[in-house]
Amino acid sequence: MKPAPFDYEAPRTLHRALELLDDDAKALAGGQSLVPVMNFRLARPARLVDLNRVGELAYLRRRRGRLHIGAMTRQATLERSEVVARAWPLLRQAVGHVGHPQIRARGTVGGSCAHADPTAELPVALTALDARFHVRSRAGRRTLRAEEFFVTHLTTALAADELLVEVEVPPLPEGARSAFVEHARTHGDFALAGAAVVVAPAGTPSAIALLGAAATPLRAREAEAALGAGAAAADVARLAGDLVADEYRRALTTALVRRALREAGAR
Amino acid sequence: MRISVEVNGERHEAEVEPRTLLSDFLRHDLGLTGTHVGCEHGVCGACTVQVDGEPVRACLMFAVQADGRAVRTVEALAVDEQTLHPLQRAFHAEHALQCGFCTAGFLMSLEPFVRDRPDASEEEIREALAGNLCRCTGYEPIVAAVRRAAAELQGGAG
Repeated sequence: MKPAPFDYEAPRTLHRALELLDDDAKALAGGQSLVPVMNFRLARPARLVDLNRVGELAYLRRRRGRLHIGAMTRQATLERSEVVARAWPLLRQAVGHVGHPQIRARGTVGGSCAHADPTAELPVALTALDARFHVRSRAGRRTLRAEEFFVTHLTTALAADELLVEVEVPPLPEGARSAFVEHARTHGDFALAGAAVVVAPAGTPSAIALLGAAATPLRAREAEAALGAGAAAADVARLAGDLVADEYRRALTTALVRRALREAGAR
Repeated sequence: MRISVEVNGERHEAEVEPRTLLSDFLRHDLGLTGTHVGCEHGVCGACTVQVDGEPVRACLMFAVQADGRAVRTVEALAVDEQTLHPLQRAFHAEHALQCGFCTAGFLMSLEPFVRDRPDASEEEIREALAGNLCRCTGYEPIVAAVRRAAAELQGGAG
């Protein structure tokens, strides 16, 4: 239950952090997922590049209606942000389900995305919000959509020398309402299933993203189209649930999508 | 690596391996054995301490990460040798512990909560302590202790 030895670097700048990232290195953000697997020795990185002193990666700002979340923004900061609560309530609704206060005090938005657990809440909420994932390396930069960033269970499109530096969230459609619901055996445990929904007025796109339904956060496109066409919430929820193979989880997902749609004001 | 950490108001300089967990540094290097170590993977909450005022899992931080930061452990909670913190008194009064192994973690998690949210509902209290496991009490006395401490702090008697 103690980590294997490793070399430790704590760069102060993003530039230096990018220089240190290579095949032998692992970036350390909040450590709430990486350190447990290191304690179990399931991960034995030769070098840790600790990002906790890279101040330029910790920010939360609204610019021209879009939310820019620096990768090292703590989950607790997101949870306490009035701007987020007002303009992106789905993120506030989702982050309260992430672990416990002690976890959210350290855990980061970028770390949660880069860890890519398909039952993690923030990746699902960000998928529903059409977020963009900004990635940097020594060689350059690129921007990915959720469907490109999340590849499979615990795997993203990030190469060993790349770092997720920012998540950018577009504004919600005017008049849209959102909800995040999940089922976990106790509050803060890993959820079995869940849903993030954005219900927009007629003519603007709504969104439904599922937690635990697949190896990545999953958009329920057919259900979204049905919702946009005015289908009843129960039928929309059934379409979303149909994406889940396992029978129990399918029933659970259907019920949770139904509940989320109701909370967000869908009929 | 050389680190300089403020623990319970006192500065400590030490040489640590990068892989030394903050929980082990507190217990083995500084002899502060009030912080208990349970699961060592961030689930049980027994090792909860406060870093710069925020409750965190000491088993999920490396001691090197505490360099230049302020750590507070259960040893700093009592007012003085004779006077326990209102939350500690409430745990005592309500029998909110049996074996006591989890208690330090509960106290360090809940201390900012009772201070900032003395009017919290029962549901909020239960959510606030969900990150700490207790195998003895069934949690009811712990909820009662939080209520008692909050009432005392709100009444200004603390």
